[in-house]
Parts: sequence; C-alpha cells; structure tokens
Amino acid sequence: MPQTRIQQLFERTQKDGRAALIAYLTAGDPTPEKTPEIAATLIRAGVDLIELGVPFSDPVADGPVIQRASARAIDAGTNLPKVLEIAKQIRSHSEVPLLLFTYLNPALHYGLEKLAADAKAAGIDGVLLTDLSVEEAAAFMQPLRNVGLDTVFLAAPTSTERRLKLVSEYSTGFVYLVSRTGVTGERVALSETLGELIAKVRAVTTLPLAAGFGISTPEQAAAVAKMADGVVVGSAIVRQIEQDLNGLEPMVRALAEGMKR
Amino acid sequence: MMTASQPDSTGHFGPYGGRFVPEVLMAPLEELELAYREASADPEFQAELANLLHHYAGRPTPLYYCKRLTETLGGAKIYLKREDLLHTGAHKINNAIGQALLAKRMGKKRIIAETGAGQHGVATATVCALFGLECIIYMGEEDMRRQRLNVFRMRLLGATVVGVKNGTRTLKDAISEAMRDWVTNVHTTHYLLGSALGAHPYPMMVRDFHKCMGIEARADILQMEGRLPDTVIACVGGGSNAIGIFHAFIPDEGVKLVGVEAGGRSLQLGEHAARFEGGTPGVLHGAYTYMLQTPDGQAAVTHSVSAGLDYVLIGPEHAMLHDQGRAEYTSCNDADALTAAQTLARTEGIIPALESAHAVSEAIARAPSEPGKVYIVNLSGRGDKDTDIYRENLPELDAADSNPTTF
Repeated sequence: MPQTRIQQLFERTQKDGRAALIAYLTAGDPTPEKTPEIAATLIRAGVDLIELGVPFSDPVADGPVIQRASARAIDAGTNLPKVLEIAKQIRSHSEVPLLLFTYLNPALHYGLEKLAADAKAAGIDGVLLTDLSVEEAAAFMQPLRNVGLDTVFLAAPTSTERRLKLVSEYSTGFVYLVSRTGVTGERVALSETLGELIAKVRAVTTLPLAAGFGISTPEQAAAVAKMADGVVVGSAIVRQIEQDLNGLEPMVRALAEGMKR
Repeated sequence: MMTASQPDSTGHFGPYGGRFVPEVLMAPLEELELAYREASADPEFQAELANLLHHYAGRPTPLYYCKRLTETLGGAKIYLKREDLLHTGAHKINNAIGQALLAKRMGKKRIIAETGAGQHGVATATVCALFGLECIIYMGEEDMRRQRLNVFRMRLLGATVVGVKNGTRTLKDAISEAMRDWVTNVHTTHYLLGSALGAHPYPMMVRDFHKCMGIEARADILQMEGRLPDTVIACVGGGSNAIGIFHAFIPDEGVKLVGVEAGGRSLQLGEHAARFEGGTPGVLHGAYTYMLQTPDGQAAVTHSVSAGLDYVLIGPEHAMLHDQGRAEYTSCNDADALTAAQTLARTEGIIPALESAHAVSEAIARAPSEPGKVYIVNLSGRGDKDTDIYRENLPELDAADSNPTTF
C-alpha cells in the first residue's frame, strides 16, 4: 500500500521538528454547506489534519459543546452521505489529510464495505470509530484496511499495558491518546498524567502519537506539542464556530504557533 | 440444549452483545467482569446476597393463581409471579442489591444509575441508603414528569436526581448521561446499570441477579400444577424482568417464552418502542443488538405510555432468543395496557405497573382460546407509581361522584 496522507504528514512534521495540529470539526455544523468553507479557514490558519466528525444522536463520549454541534448538524440534515460529500469538496481544494471520526452505528448502518469504498473515493485517508474496542475490531476494520484507509484507535489513561499493545497493533497512521478520563470538552488545567501515558505508549509502538480531549488554549497546545507528535483540538474550535466564526482563523493561528518545539 | 452457557467468554450472545464503548471504559469493564466472576464463586458473597434478598427484599415471591381473572376469561389458567410484592415494589431490587454488594467489594463508594420509570432509581437509592453509598440517578426530564412519585421517593432516600434535558428526555438519554459520568469518574464510581443491556458483563450479570425469578416460578408451578407451564409471558423494555423469568425455562423446550414490547400509539417509527417491529441490529450503549433507527443510522425517537418500556434498544440476549426462535416477541399498545391494568385491578385486586400491564394484556388476549393451558405472567412491578398516568387516562374514575361499574 502507498503511504497515506496521514503517514506522509507525520513524516514531514517529525522531520521539521514540530507537532501536527489536528482540528476536530462536527461535519454539517452549522450546515453541510458551511463545513468546506470552515475547513478552508482551518487549513489557512495552519491546521495539518482535519478530523471530520459524523454527527450522532447519542454521542456518549462527548461533552456539551460537541453534543450541541451534533444536534445542530443533524437538524440541518447532515448524514453520512453528506459528510462524504463534504470530504469530497474539501479534497477538491486541498491535500490536507482527512480522518473520518464516527460512532460505529452510522457506519454500520451505511455498510462498512460501502463506506470504505466511498470514503476512499471521497479523499478520506483514515477512520476512527469512537466506540469500537480492539476486541471487537477485527471484523470491522478489515474492509477499511483493504482499501488502504488508516485505522486509528484510542488509547486512554485507564488502558492496561495489554490493551495499549493491542491498540498500537490495530492502529495505522497514528495512535490517538485520550489525555484524561472524561468526555470531550475544554478543561482549565492540562492532564497531569498525559506524560505518563505518552511514555507507556511509546514503549510499545513507533507510531506517531496525537493527544486530545481537554486541550483548548494555545498554552496547553504548546505544552502538549513538546511531548506528542500531534495535538488535537476539538471542543474549543467547535465552540468558536458556535459563537463567532470570524474569530476562528486568529484563534487557530494562535494554536498553530505553539506547534514548533 | 440451547443457550445455557451464553454469553461466550467475550460477552456475545450469538452475534449480539459484546463490548462497544470508548477505550476509557474498557479496562474498568474488564475489572468489573473479573470482580463479578470472583464474587459469583465466593460463598460468602452469595450468602450475603441470599440473606438480603430474603430478609430485606422479601424473596421468594409468591406464584399466585388468578382464579377470578381465569374464570372471567374462560380459557388458560393464569398465574402471576408477584415481583410487585418485593421491597420497593418491583423486581429491580434483586439486581440493585447484587451490584451494590459488588461495588462495596470493589471499594467503589459512589454509585450512579439511570432510570426510566424510576423503579430502578428507587431500588438503587434504597440500596445506597442501606450501604451508606453516595447515589446519583440520571433520569430524563419527560420521565421525571410522568413518574413524579418515584422522583420524590429517590430524594427521600437521599439520592440526587439529575434531570437529563437531551434528546427525547427519556431512558435512552439518561443512559447516555450516566455513561458520560462514568467515563469521567470511573476511578471512584460504579455504574449500577438497571437492565440486561449495555456492554459485557452487564447483560450477563444483571440476568444472573434476576434469574431467581424463573427458578422460583419453575419450582412453584411444578408443585402447584404438577407440570411445567405452557407459556411464560413478560414485558420487555431493556429486558431484565423478562430474561430473569425466562432463563430457567430456556432448556424446557416445550415452554413457550413470550416477550411483550411497547406498541405505543401505533407501529409507525417514532410512535412505539417495539424493537422487533422494524428495528435492525446496530450498536448503541455498549452492545450490538436490535435497535430502532432512522434511515441515517441515528437512534429513533420512541414512545410508550410506560416509561420503563420506552427505550430504543433491546437487551442482546433477547436479540439472540428472537433470532433462534426460542422466544417470541409481540407488542401491546398503550390503550390495551391501560385496559389490562383495570381488568387485573378489578378481578384480582392487584394494580400492576404500566410496564407489567403489557404482559398482563398479552395473557388476556391469548387465554380465551387456550383452555387447559397454564400461563405464568411476570408481574414485575406494582402500579402505585403510575397513579398519575392512570388518573390522566381514566378521568371518569377521578370525578368526585364517580362510581365505577363492577365486573
């Protein structure tokens, strides 16, 4: 399989001695028409990888900000076919790596084989299935791997060593570290256990590690950029979109500044 | 021999069940499973559980022959498994005691739970009071409105009731919110899930804490009738009372097992909670199972007059029993459940919970054409909590000068 855009990105950023800035967007928030425009703003402001979140009716891993965004997107008629359409539009203007970020059910309902083919055709590079554990993963990720999509899994502070090994084995592209126990959302202080988690995962894999959950300010992002290969900012960006779209570009530029080590 | 050793070691009932949760919860679920398996094999734990079920909750519950109801219908003999007579008024206390003992054993001092009708919330608040544990109950605001009495009971017992404003403001949203709490506070907290659903080991563990219902009923009917029943009927929301009474009868292939889902206002999507009427397998709240969903794979809106049955998923073991044909599933609409509740009240002097009234309705519908047959209906809860809904739906009984006609 040729390298995916995700794999190329981390090669590049590692060579440049910086961390990749990863932005999470709820696709279709506030409307499916707006998302490609928002993505263009993010790319302009220095985002290296975009996670396109598929809105779900019951986002159990998400805090209030992304819950609200999901509800807005669903109300605006966003579904998985529309998210793929959005990806296609982003791809027509940019080579930014795209990671489809979804709860399992919408993907299952769409059909995983069909999703794999259609996502690849839309220019998506990888998939993260939020509620797919490695124990259940074998049957679900094969269709994605078959078409050359990266499969990214979550590692958490609660994960045992056995689990961290499995997560690393199942992941391609990078491993997503959940920096703290809890739902998505901004936090005042950075998790004190992130460094420990990064060390534990580094011990079992050479894959790049990106950390997310609770990272919102430029200071926090810069601190994480010193430890991890990628920094994910989600709720803070989604909140900025909710409150003032005009403020998005300067906000993200400030985050991108901190990626240099 | 069917299904006796289900689930398999990874929590699957045939293709259903499993463990579909964010990674943060995976290790805690492994830890819970291990603790449960150890406790199950520990005679001391089992003795403490048996002691509390007997002296505190009131087990065993009677199997009661409904002579007048049977004669009124003129067909099959109807027996009720009287879970409504348990402390707190429903079967839910069996599981609440079991899991609270387990939480204590695991050193967890903070308990969270979801509740629909409020019966599981009351049972959880009760055991938390008994064991001195902190108790937080998540409940949809719509359910808080329609089960006000139980909200008050929980608070009286010292629990904090958190209203959930998301989505349909019912059981589905209460479970999602409880899961978010658990993800956040997993080190200190046990999630005392109230039905035979969710990620492994919950469907197995909750069933095991409830299987005493079927074991007792089976022994009693053998003594009272000298034979096994022809049919066992139970209502199915998540499915804990149904799997609890079915389980002992699964190897008895001549015994028909009938689960009754909530038919709501109609069988149009959005108007009911009958997962086998148009639902398809999907993943939500930790398991792969039948689910009512929209064409986009979102959880569908559900409706039932009974908050305890108003839920978008069915427990995974029921999904397997359905596909195997070992159990059959049917539905009862809101109106028929209300009528069945009145019929039972006036022939037997027993006011059932609206959930259980769905099972009673199915027995009433079947009995006239099956003389000579013997039914056991799981009367999973009593109806006090539903007084407001009965009043709303039966205004003629609520007038100052009302004197209902007798049967």
